[in-house]
Amino acid sequence: MLEIRNLHAGIAGKEILKGISLTIRDGEIHALMGQNGAGKSTLSNIIVGHPSYSVTEGEILYDGEDLLSLSAEERSLRGIFLSFQQPVEIPGVSMVNFMRAAVNAKRKHEGLEPMTGSEFLRLMREKRALVSMDSKLTGRSVNEGFSGGEKKRNEIFQMAMLEPKFTILDETDSGLDVDALRIVAEGFNKLWKPTSSALVITHYQRLLDYIRPHVVHVLIDGRIVKTGGPELALEIESRGFDWIRKEA
Amino acid sequence: MGAAEQYITLYEQNRDTIALHSPSALNAPREEAFRDFKRLGIPSLKVERYRYTDVEQVLKPDYGLNLSRLAIPIDPRKAFSCSVPTLSTYLYFVINDEFRPEVTHSKPLPQGVVVCSLAKAAEEHRELVERHYARLAPTRKDSLNALNTMLTQDGVFVYVPKNVALSRPLQVVNILRADVSLMANRRVLIVMEEGAQAQLLFCDHAADERQFLTTQVAEVFVGDRASLELYELEETHSLNHRLANMYVDVGEKAQVTLDSITLHNGLTRNRTDVSLRGAGSTVNMYGCVVADKQQRVDNNTLIEHRSPQCESNELYKYVLDGEAVGAFAGRVLVRQDAQKSSSREVNANLCASPSARMFSQPMLEIYADDVKCSHGSTVGQLNEAALFYMRQRGVSLEEARLLLKYAFVGEVIDSVRLEPLRDRLRYLTEARMRGSLSNCEGCKVCR
Repeated sequence: MLEIRNLHAGIAGKEILKGISLTIRDGEIHALMGQNGAGKSTLSNIIVGHPSYSVTEGEILYDGEDLLSLSAEERSLRGIFLSFQQPVEIPGVSMVNFMRAAVNAKRKHEGLEPMTGSEFLRLMREKRALVSMDSKLTGRSVNEGFSGGEKKRNEIFQMAMLEPKFTILDETDSGLDVDALRIVAEGFNKLWKPTSSALVITHYQRLLDYIRPHVVHVLIDGRIVKTGGPELALEIESRGFDWIRKEA
Repeated sequence: MGAAEQYITLYEQNRDTIALHSPSALNAPREEAFRDFKRLGIPSLKVERYRYTDVEQVLKPDYGLNLSRLAIPIDPRKAFSCSVPTLSTYLYFVINDEFRPEVTHSKPLPQGVVVCSLAKAAEEHRELVERHYARLAPTRKDSLNALNTMLTQDGVFVYVPKNVALSRPLQVVNILRADVSLMANRRVLIVMEEGAQAQLLFCDHAADERQFLTTQVAEVFVGDRASLELYELEETHSLNHRLANMYVDVGEKAQVTLDSITLHNGLTRNRTDVSLRGAGSTVNMYGCVVADKQQRVDNNTLIEHRSPQCESNELYKYVLDGEAVGAFAGRVLVRQDAQKSSSREVNANLCASPSARMFSQPMLEIYADDVKCSHGSTVGQLNEAALFYMRQRGVSLEEARLLLKYAFVGEVIDSVRLEPLRDRLRYLTEARMRGSLSNCEGCKVCR
């Protein structure tokens, strides 16, 4: 599904990723762990096509297609979804109008007619229930005045609306209390399909208690220095990152 | 020949024709206005309130004038399908500067309410017109008032008697119609007596792809405890020039809302002066501007708190794209006697392209010591983080830009209290931003 080959990338002329190779197959969840500044968010921004980041070497194939030649919206339409670490507040743009634009863009891409108003509202209701999101929130402007937890829940709600094939959770656990974390993770799990795949970026093991990864990678200084099974995350939880750094 | 000489010569050569086709009330201040215009000339960019519009350039072309009041062959009811179709109004038409007698509504106006041509009012309600005409718009200090007063021959007269409420909004559709470049000098006189209530909607359209110049001077009297909502919507085209001065005199405990919406134009300068003469009144002023290409919109406002316990709220929002140039200069003046005044002024602007320009000048002058006032302005670009967030959800860059621009002016449109107009404005604004509204929406004759 997603194949990253020798990726070198950075921002404003500064190289942050120094040769990353990674393959995520259909049905797999990979966890990416690492300390602050290791390049985790850079990798997620590169995958979704953030215009501030640039790739200097390497390639990313998505279902065999050259991902880096596609615009951000084209990548989204092909099923790539990023749950943002810091979701953006957009005053004046209602959740309804935003989601309708997103859902109808996807339907247009798939050759379908736009949804009618009532179909769309039904879909909103159904998906909202999935992540236990208050209708007051979907009645407001995008993320405006949302608490940290509400913003993360809103990300999973949008994921439910768009049903992506490949999802990146970028520190979705940060800023969440235990109950909110459970609701968000359960929402993610309910949306899981055998053909889905995901990259879960986190500092901590905690989220991985709910979302079980098949493979765990450790990113240090822009390189993947260790790859293992779920037990690697547990080991990091008890021993920290330093031993891996030394090993590398 | 400079533009000023051109109009001086025009007047000198045609003063008899102008007077012959005008009522005496409009002729009375004409010679004095002419002397004022000769003395003042055309304001240069150095004149404070004309800093952002080069009036000389606007007045320079050789426009035709219909001073002999030749009939204009157009049936407005056929030429115009209302841009706000779901709004049930008392509907009237003005072609250039000529108020049309055709009445399109079946329901009669409430007892005592007068809506007619200013020329007719000057005959039939002479005392009323003479008492109010040219009382608020001084020709001594403002060259455009002088020019309009010396050339105007007709316009709109609205009178709402004491304690009478109009159950339906009153809509006046101004249509510019000509086969050559044309200048129209239109006059509006609105008199709301004590306790009167009305909602007025003025819509500006241009029916021909000609160069038009309209000068309009509106004088609005709002009596004690009266309530007025006045909406002005411009949907003309890029060859249209509009120079409009409005003076509003507000009595005690009155409620006034002024909404100015420019959706499509060429060059527009709206000057609005509100005088809060009586105590305990409220004025809300909203402005919404959507401009692109080489359009120019200049809103120049003055709110003068002259009496205690008045409240003023002013919110103007601009979305500029292409090479559009916007200007907002808003002065709030709190006089010494205007204790317990409350005033809030905000001008927020979005320059959606690198070549769009905005001039913003909020001004606050306070001479009273017990007041609550604020003023501020912002000029910003589209939020890049928000654009990317939306694109990550599959929304195209174009659509994301549109959602942000639309959201930006939404606050002003939401302030419109006339619900059908508000809904229509939402539609028109979105259509305008999508580019599907190349000219005015309502005119069938528009290309």
